Amino acid sequence: MSDNPTANFKQVHHSVTKIDAKQLALGKDSYVGDLAPREALIVKMLWSPHPHARITSINVSKAEKMPGVKAVLWHGNVPRNIHCTAGQGYPEPSPYDTFIFDTKVRHVGDRVAAVAAETAEQAEAALKKITVKYELLEPVFTIDEAMAEDAPIIHDEPEAYVPIPIPYDPKKNLVAMVGCEAGDFDQGMQDADFTFDDTYETPYAQHCPIEPYTSLAHVDSAGRIVITTSTQVPFHCRRIVAQALGLPVQKIRVIKPRIGGGFGSKQEILLEDIVALVALRTGRPAFWQFTREENFITGRTRHPIRVRLRAGIKKDGTITAIGMDCWNNTGAYGGHGLTVVSCCGSKVLPLYRCDNIHFDGKVLYTNLPVGGAYRGFGATQAFFAMESTIDKMADAIGMDPLEFRRQNHIQSGDSSPIFAALGEGKEGTPMTIDSCALDDCIAKGAEAIGWDKRTDWRDKTGRYRRGIGMACLMQGSSIPHIDMGGASIKINEDGSFNLLVGATDLGTGSDTVLAQIAAEELATTTDKMIVYSSDTDMTPFDVGAYASSTTYLSGEASRKAAADAKRQILKTGAEILGLPVDQVQCVASHVQNTDGSQKVSYGDIACYALYSKNQYQIIGTGSHFTEKSPPPFAAHYAEIEVDTWTGLIRVLQYVSTIDCGTAINPALCEGQTEGGTLNGISYALTEQYLFTNGRMTNPSFAEYHIFSMRDKPPIKAILVPSYEHSGPFGAKSVSEICINGPAPVFANAIYNATGARLYEFPFMPEKVLKAIQAVKA
Amino acid sequence: MKKNPQTVQFTINGESKTFITEPDEKLLDLLRREGYKGAKFGCGQGTCGSCTVLMDGRAVYSCLLYAMQVEGHEIRTIESIGTHDNPSEFQQELIDGGAVQCGYCIPGMIMSATALMENETHFDDETVREYMDGNLCRCTGYEKIWSALRRVLDRQEAQNTQS
Ligand code: FES
Ligand code: FES
Repeated sequence: MSDNPTANFKQVHHSVTKIDAKQLALGKDSYVGDLAPREALIVKMLWSPHPHARITSINVSKAEKMPGVKAVLWHGNVPRNIHCTAGQGYPEPSPYDTFIFDTKVRHVGDRVAAVAAETAEQAEAALKKITVKYELLEPVFTIDEAMAEDAPIIHDEPEAYVPIPIPYDPKKNLVAMVGCEAGDFDQGMQDADFTFDDTYETPYAQHCPIEPYTSLAHVDSAGRIVITTSTQVPFHCRRIVAQALGLPVQKIRVIKPRIGGGFGSKQEILLEDIVALVALRTGRPAFWQFTREENFITGRTRHPIRVRLRAGIKKDGTITAIGMDCWNNTGAYGGHGLTVVSCCGSKVLPLYRCDNIHFDGKVLYTNLPVGGAYRGFGATQAFFAMESTIDKMADAIGMDPLEFRRQNHIQSGDSSPIFAALGEGKEGTPMTIDSCALDDCIAKGAEAIGWDKRTDWRDKTGRYRRGIGMACLMQGSSIPHIDMGGASIKINEDGSFNLLVGATDLGTGSDTVLAQIAAEELATTTDKMIVYSSDTDMTPFDVGAYASSTTYLSGEASRKAAADAKRQILKTGAEILGLPVDQVQCVASHVQNTDGSQKVSYGDIACYALYSKNQYQIIGTGSHFTEKSPPPFAAHYAEIEVDTWTGLIRVLQYVSTIDCGTAINPALCEGQTEGGTLNGISYALTEQYLFTNGRMTNPSFAEYHIFSMRDKPPIKAILVPSYEHSGPFGAKSVSEICINGPAPVFANAIYNATGARLYEFPFMPEKVLKAIQAVKA
Repeated sequence: MKKNPQTVQFTINGESKTFITEPDEKLLDLLRREGYKGAKFGCGQGTCGSCTVLMDGRAVYSCLLYAMQVEGHEIRTIESIGTHDNPSEFQQELIDGGAVQCGYCIPGMIMSATALMENETHFDDETVREYMDGNLCRCTGYEKIWSALRRVLDRQEAQNTQS
């Protein structure tokens, strides 16, 4: 960037204080659980103990008579409307395969019946009085079992269908299929000097927001249902609850207060239909908060995916072919199945230049926990395969893996056939890369980790061996032609502004980021912004917080709304100053003439417009959708020490560089990067679902280990500047990309330390030890 | 509705109060019911720390303690620490350092840090980890929480050695 547009920024590109930080640090009532009234009924759910069964009879009469019980809901007394719980655009690229309650249960932790009572203890006591008879059906636990010739059919309900024209064949447990070809893959493999064909497996994981899923509903004085919920998708929530309950959207209001983390898990409607029904039936507020165990067994998870990666390269390092086949286990319901597997291809394959590409994705039902959206969204799974194979390629031709990546990665001005070929349930959108600072990311990260000191594994001896690994990554910024965000902004007498956004801050700091963007556009300061997000009655529409869209997409909507308000402020300011509008400008919360000798403050302009003359409300609106999804880029590095006697890995240092375009708020961008990276580290090293007959046996933080402050290795986040011209003030996305790095980085570091190559994680000691022993043998 | 109402008396944020409870009620539930909602429910199993309060100056998981167990003891919650006009030093550092993301873990972190600052005079990294290890955060990667805390502790330690 010869001219540096970021140099003049006064609000964006500064680490402005996060606007809700103080209220949260003071512990003020902020989250759904803090807002529940004392008289709220408590909801508890009876979950299926079986992975696959038909409910032949269910008797709730005893439960209904239990003390304190106000409602019991089950398949016999609720509407039966097929829908999808995934919070996505409409119509969804996911099957409608879910009822509020069904006569069949499809995983351990599927809904059977709900009780609402005065207290949690009473609700739980009543659950025990519900008698259910099950006809047990043969369960399906693996992708191979799901695809077998005469596999049990998990979704045999006749109502199931997918609302867009894509393949869906529930009789074969097939949720979706997607594929694309560019060039001639077979020819590319033939032209190669070296070929690779490896299969990688990525495991289940849960997002583990510290605030579990939580929802509250009441019926207001006008008879409308008000749902206050911990969601990433308030507008989709309204639409889906309306669909499930068979009510008009108009009857429902969804409010999102502060959210205690989501990471994708709360892009799903799992509680809201039930609390709404209870409130409707009883006239009482209804509150439901998952236990930690419920968060694991019935909350959404990361889809486990098997990736077969085939590739060919020339001796000079040219990649002649890449073929990726993905099998996605979506568990008992199909939400996000297709889109996650599509992102395995669309967010990964474009990273390296290659003319001959094959991609094939299949999504299958099993009787296991349900996959959903999880930060990284398919890219995490596929990057493990891709970046492991990239290291193998470099190794095969005796090239430094860093140099190999540098030689092959996509650059500004490049395109990829994948952008046009792979979208979300439809074709993608062609795109040329504008900003790309991946070279800088690679260089800065290499320096920070000390790449120079990296030596070949064959030169290492002794019990403890150190290794350095790296990976390059990309993601996207929103979904082109699908995502949309809206904002409005109005002025108050003192020159403050109400910024109303549908975008959903779930702890990321997006309210602050959007306020900075609006303030920059309006030439005022961020502290003048009163931000409200998000409330389906009050704020403009936004698809919600997912697909790394908020800064890039909702940010541009906020900028446009601010620009709209600014035009009105300029006009009124010019009128007050008695100057033509083309001779005034906005500077430091004032409208002034060119030399600043005549000026009027925003507060005075607001008072004039509201009270004095030609009265009107200065209010700007903006909405935005995108033509492209510019990828942020990242290079990750780690130095680890492997105990070759036990297989234990110690992470000595982790470096996470990122090119997110203009960092609107550098401190928050670093925070996103550090947090996502540690989540990825924890996923790669310790997090796992253990199953016995489809039941997760370790549903607690005692047994499902997420990293604590003691576990945390030193993480160095490095923001590498670039400028994305299509984004607000040059910004791209930041939130998701960083979680993709640790698994391949560690796999490559383990190889560099020991010569052992692992194709599945978490890299638990016994797994690593086995691989090391295989090298020695 | 109450099956077996009992009363429990303890000091909460400096005030002696009596509450109706039941033998099986957890301290966290009592506190939240009575409006001390800064302590959060994250797991109910003593594994996440979002419910941390101080009992006689020691950080405890209020989700594990029965309300009856705190009879006669001194309980302090986040509500006793800082105000909008006058946040505590650690709160201010967290705010300034961009260490508060979703914030759900933060009150618990602050209570553990309070116990650390009140009970120790020397804050080597290992001691800090010891006190803070029971508070999980899924958003921040702990980097900014750690450095905010370190800034406060370093200042405090410098003062301690001076005086
Ligand atoms: S809620 Fe008490 S430790 Fe998690
Ligand atoms: S800030 Fe979200 S859990 Fe710590």
